[in-house]
Amino acid sequence: MPWSKMDNQRQEVSQFKARLWWALLLIVLVFAGLVSRLVYLQVWQHQRYVTESDDNRQQLQAIAPTRGLIYDTNGVLLAGNRASHSLTLVPEQLVGGRRGIDKVLAELAQVVTIDKDDIKRFKRRLKQPRRPYSPVALRFQLNEREIAQITVNQHRLPGVRVVPELVRYYPLDEGFVHALGYVGRINDRELVKLDSINYSATHHVGKLGVERYYETELHGTVGHQTVETNARGRVIQVLERFEPLPGKDISLYLDAELQQNAAKLLEGKRGAIVAIDPKTGGVLAMASAPSYGANQFVTGISHANYQALRNSDDLPLFNRALRGRYPPASTVKPVIALAGIDSGIVSRKYSLWDPGFYQLTEGGRLYRDWKEGGHGQVDMHKSIVESVDTFYYAISDAMGNDPMTKYLALFGFGQVTIADQPEATKAVLPTRQWKRKNRDASWFRGDSLNLGIGQGFLSATPTQLATMTMVLANKGQWHQIRMIKAMDGKPVEKVSDIDRTNPKQPAKLALKRTSDWDRMHDAMIDVMHGKHGTARRSGANSSYKIAGKTGTAQVLGIKQDETYDAEKIAERFRDHGLFIGWAPAKDPVIVIAVIIENGGGGSSAAAPLARKLFDAHILGTKVESKGAAENDG
Amino acid sequence: MADFQRWAPEARKHLKSGPGLWVKLRLDPWLLVLLLFIMSFGLLVLYSGSGSSEAAVHRQLVRYGVALLGMVIITQINLRHVQRWMPLLYIAGLLLLVAVLLFGVGAKGAQRWLAIPGLPRFQPSEIMKLVVPLTVSWYLASRPRPPQLSHVIIAMALVLVPMMLITKQPDLGTSLLIGCSGVFVIFFAGLLLRYVIVAIILSAAGLPLLWMGMREYQQQRVITFLDPESDPLGAGWNIIQSKIAIGSGGIDGKGWLQGTQSHLDFLPETHTDFIVAVLAEEFGLVGVLLLMTLYFLVLLRGLVIAGYASHPFDRMLASSLTLTFFVYIVVNIGMVSGLLPVVGVPLPLVSYGGTSVVTLMASLGLLMSIHARRPQRT
Repeated sequence: MPWSKMDNQRQEVSQFKARLWWALLLIVLVFAGLVSRLVYLQVWQHQRYVTESDDNRQQLQAIAPTRGLIYDTNGVLLAGNRASHSLTLVPEQLVGGRRGIDKVLAELAQVVTIDKDDIKRFKRRLKQPRRPYSPVALRFQLNEREIAQITVNQHRLPGVRVVPELVRYYPLDEGFVHALGYVGRINDRELVKLDSINYSATHHVGKLGVERYYETELHGTVGHQTVETNARGRVIQVLERFEPLPGKDISLYLDAELQQNAAKLLEGKRGAIVAIDPKTGGVLAMASAPSYGANQFVTGISHANYQALRNSDDLPLFNRALRGRYPPASTVKPVIALAGIDSGIVSRKYSLWDPGFYQLTEGGRLYRDWKEGGHGQVDMHKSIVESVDTFYYAISDAMGNDPMTKYLALFGFGQVTIADQPEATKAVLPTRQWKRKNRDASWFRGDSLNLGIGQGFLSATPTQLATMTMVLANKGQWHQIRMIKAMDGKPVEKVSDIDRTNPKQPAKLALKRTSDWDRMHDAMIDVMHGKHGTARRSGANSSYKIAGKTGTAQVLGIKQDETYDAEKIAERFRDHGLFIGWAPAKDPVIVIAVIIENGGGGSSAAAPLARKLFDAHILGTKVESKGAAENDG
Repeated sequence: MADFQRWAPEARKHLKSGPGLWVKLRLDPWLLVLLLFIMSFGLLVLYSGSGSSEAAVHRQLVRYGVALLGMVIITQINLRHVQRWMPLLYIAGLLLLVAVLLFGVGAKGAQRWLAIPGLPRFQPSEIMKLVVPLTVSWYLASRPRPPQLSHVIIAMALVLVPMMLITKQPDLGTSLLIGCSGVFVIFFAGLLLRYVIVAIILSAAGLPLLWMGMREYQQQRVITFLDPESDPLGAGWNIIQSKIAIGSGGIDGKGWLQGTQSHLDFLPETHTDFIVAVLAEEFGLVGVLLLMTLYFLVLLRGLVIAGYASHPFDRMLASSLTLTFFVYIVVNIGMVSGLLPVVGVPLPLVSYGGTSVVTLMASLGLLMSIHARRPQRT
């Protein structure tokens, strides 16, 4: 058998060697397969993977520009920027990854305050398309204690980060919001409208007022940088950087001190004060009460606080200075008188005997004067000084709608007079067409009588009243009413220099006889300083002369949309007190319009406040916190 | 014995003519030089893949030293003596695997390590990578060849038992490698071709069964492999990132330590299973081809050694170890380049990690031992 065994062995060895060759073939083929795969990836698809590799490590990051600052006329900072810390999560890095989010949220809730809204908004942000390892904001404006708490617990909270960002800050806050407006987080609606590139790193946008009107200038231009990041999103190095163009700084005519004084005078009241520099048209103060803090809106006001503001009967969110439509009442009389004289319908020497009422027809309805028994013989001068209604019933009956509304328009009624407050409304100048359109009725004589004493359909905002007063004080010289004084240190003559869509500047109002202005000025000075002047108590003992006019509007609490709420009538039945005026009378540096809702008569409710502001502005006197001017007469 | 008597004088003649140091040490210079090349190249890539960690390179160097020492010791062992102890070794190995399932330690839901006081922690499954082919070779060497069906079935059982124990750990990668090593032995024992064909058909039919037997994470790996984009941030991340690393390396690479995928942490496991992606990214196609050439030469040498071996046991063992080494390379590079599902198989001799280096060197030591005792011819 040894030989056959040998044969077997030979056969076995040759078979084994054959299988070794097969194995070699397999190795060669498989290696060839691997190599072709590598060639495919590294040669054929090389360019594609180079791109993907670069996309991996390089990121274009937008850099938010720093928002421009807002200063008052003296360089006092009204709106600045401060660092705010927000809490963000990187879902991929959390303990347990994305599935661990709820656990991490629960853990975080023990360290910082997180309410249901925060979580709801966080989950919504989480659903939006995002790059892996990019942070998602959970809460904003952490306080010092919360930052410390998170830092201390950082080791057991991987993926949780405190991120600083610059946010708007209003150092003087309350009392300024109705003049400045505020910025808030960009909402979905705004997101659609804003330039998505320029705002790619911006989280806030001007929502109201100056902040909204000058949004483009304040915002600046976005910058960007290409950074190399690792897989966890950490920036390794900056490859390329284009600095953002910071927003422009804006100086306003607003006088912070005067504004604060105006706000103080309005404390506890509902009303508005607008002060304008008649030489420029710049707004020195624009206060509306009650007011609210703007800072809480920057980082997101809580739902409860917002509802409280929204549902308050006093309407703190309502900007009365720009949007409150009040009957101007007797403050409109100077314009009506000038309209009568300048149109030639009323003689300069015209006077009448005032029995205390006016009738359109014998035995008809009595249009009463405010003073029972009347003022006796009344000329134009006296009609202003003592605010004689009967005189205006007579001359407006003589004029009818057209001359009155024409002159009212020349003084700014029925139009937005302020250039850079987007919320301003034009209120109502009731022309014949207006009445036809809005009341579906023709103009009656009785309408003219109401219009003549600033009641009825006519309404005006405090800003419009201040504009009218400026034109009176300037003897017809118009200036564009505006907030802005300078941008980046360069004076701004007209708002249209910045914004071409802005309406043209009103022309000068030229009366046929300029002496009519002086006659009116004399009458308005006597309102303050004359023996019978309606505001003589507010004009007494002043070292400078004031010109003014009081008004008492017999209207109940006014609502935003000019509808009267019957239920409120009972509690808010008092008259609105109004005052317009300027000082010094011969060389005015300030015009003021004051309205106090349900404050009673203009001479007692409004004029004393104006006097205090005149004193503060001209003499530099201090204004006490709680207006002591009540029941001044 | 007869062979030995016949060849002994000639061998003595050969010795007289001046046996080299290699012969005295029973080392194969070819294999040794190739190993040193692979190791040096590997250290270079490891330094980059570990994030320029000198400590990692240092530890790996120590492992290489230990593994080389182990290899030299193993080459001194005469396999004829080992053969006698095989049943005992096999049973001991199985007991260790059972011990792992009972007392083993590990991480990430896998229990692979055994911590016996006084000994360094080790993976018994790694030892089985040697024990299983040794056992099957021993079993079939003393049976008639080509093996009968009953012997094949018993040999398969010898392979399947440790496989099942290792799969339970779970460690699918190692289990499959061990399965391969056993199957290769049976193949090289001269299994009739019809059985080979039947086996291939049966295993194809068994795939669904294998699928059902897999754990969820293992199934996930296969799904991810078939469609990595289905979960680009989760399980597919590894494959996508390693393909980007390889592809962006191009022909000549981004340069040593210049790989962005690896150094910016986009690539996972850069110093262990995915180290070849680092190599491909930084040294390009040229670098990978160089390494694959070195591997190919090792495989070629292994096959040559198997071809020279005279004893059936040696033949089966040498060829099986060589092909298992080949499977290592293919599974790792195939996985990293997205051709195969992600199975935890290291790149032989290059990936960071002690156990696999020691086992691989030991198996190469067995090859050298076989070669040192080959029949000398003049």
